Amino acid sequence: MQLTNRSKVVSNKEQSFMESLYLPAIAKGMLITFSHLFKKTPTVKYPEQTRPRAAVYRGQHVLKRDENGAERCTSCGLCAVSCPAEAITMESAERKKGEENLYREEKYAKTYEINMLRCIFCGLCEEACPKEAIFLTDRIVDTEFEREDFIYGKDKLVETVTERIDVSKRQTLEVAEFKKIPGLKHNNVFEGKNLNKGKK
Amino acid sequence: MLSFIIYKAIVCVCVFGLSLGVAAYSTWWERKFASFLQDRVGPDRAGPFGLLQPLADGGKMFFKEEIIPNVSNKFLFILGPSLFMITALMTGAVIPWAKDIVIDGKAYSWQITDINIGVLYLLGVASIGVYGIMIGGWASNNKFALLGAIRASSQMISYEIAMGIAIIALIITAGGTLSLREILAQQDAGVCNFVYQPLGFLIFFICALAETNRAPFDLPECESELVGGYHTEYSSMKLGLYLFAEYINMFVSSAIMAGFYFGGYNFPFAHELYNALGLQEGSIWISLIGFGAYFTKTCIFISVFMWVRWTLPRFRYDQLMNLGWRILLPLSLLNLAITVAVEYFFRGTIHF
Repeated sequence: MQLTNRSKVVSNKEQSFMESLYLPAIAKGMLITFSHLFKKTPTVKYPEQTRPRAAVYRGQHVLKRDENGAERCTSCGLCAVSCPAEAITMESAERKKGEENLYREEKYAKTYEINMLRCIFCGLCEEACPKEAIFLTDRIVDTEFEREDFIYGKDKLVETVTERIDVSKRQTLEVAEFKKIPGLKHNNVFEGKNLNKGKK
Repeated sequence: MLSFIIYKAIVCVCVFGLSLGVAAYSTWWERKFASFLQDRVGPDRAGPFGLLQPLADGGKMFFKEEIIPNVSNKFLFILGPSLFMITALMTGAVIPWAKDIVIDGKAYSWQITDINIGVLYLLGVASIGVYGIMIGGWASNNKFALLGAIRASSQMISYEIAMGIAIIALIITAGGTLSLREILAQQDAGVCNFVYQPLGFLIFFICALAETNRAPFDLPECESELVGGYHTEYSSMKLGLYLFAEYINMFVSSAIMAGFYFGGYNFPFAHELYNALGLQEGSIWISLIGFGAYFTKTCIFISVFMWVRWTLPRFRYDQLMNLGWRILLPLSLLNLAITVAVEYFFRGTIHF
């Protein structure tokens, strides 16, 4: 089957005199390489220049805070369960009195770690999250020299109160609406309804 | 006498520095030029445009581990690269880089020494150069290195003949002189030797590619067959010397080609330019302009060497021998015969 029209039939015919001189062919080849001197290089000099990325690019994660600056994550573990690469681990803790400005709900993540070497940046954690707490951003994970340094803890993941990370492109209205569908399990949990209701 | 020694010492140091400097930046330009031909950017991290790359490469070479194989002949193993480097640097001695400067009636030439058998000296030293490869390859006690060395020496012998005959034809047109100074000076009047010897130049150029082990004739260090060829066992600065000497050889042969066939420090309308600028014969400015012209030509030839390397694939060994013995040798003999015949019929005498 012929896939392209560039294929050529191989022949064993003798070289003509001009061909056996090689010089015309060599000159032709030299001209071809010479013409490449004036072509533009497609190289992107990465650290200085970056390729344009889509607004919905799935890069390094961020743990969001709410409008008061309290962490949204309640350490429910749905992200870890949904993660196909098993890159997420966390430890929970109970909020104490006086920490209401730090954590939004009674339970919070004491530690929250994402192994960026395991992560495949699929965005399922973001989809699973009932609290709108984790989002993927258009930032790229830095290179490191040690494997340990790729395990990002809360120090790297949680956004600071002053410098918020914009996730409005990924937090689309459609997604927000979708998460409000009553039949979804996490909505039932959130609204304190009977857990077994869906199983009947 | 003392002033003469000091002056010659200065010229020696200048030629030495020039050879090394050009060789160092040839490595940079080789990579840069290759990248241009392949639509890449090339080295650009060390300094502006990657200009400090040769220093980084040299530094890397020095800090690499020095390995001398147990089974090798240690003395010859060290002698190999040294010899190759020494002969590469020696060839630069007879090249007159510009016209003499006259100060207080004394002429100072831009040449380390003007021996009257300069061309012969060049050929001789160039053929000693292959001993560096041969000794190094043999002393490594490695079959790949030995094969590379054998290839280098047989290639050198095959192509030296055609090259020598091409040069004889050139010398006949140049009026029978073997002194480089005179060969360059006789092109001062008008036409460069390329006009008389186009075929001779082509043969010389192909042979120069083969003599300097450059692609498409780089079979002695053919990576796909021989690991690293004659420098398989070499590491650190000894490998550096081999690679570096190759670039010096390239520089010198480019300079020789530019001098023999393209007039060296002469260029079209040179005298008109000097007259327009009001420069007297023997002025330092004439020398500097001439040197600039010669150096530019040399750099162009170095670039052509690289251009050829990044265009043509490597020859097979039997093709190499076929080209050397069955094509270039008869062709150079034909060139010589035509030259002699033309000289005899048009000038009546043959200067030789």
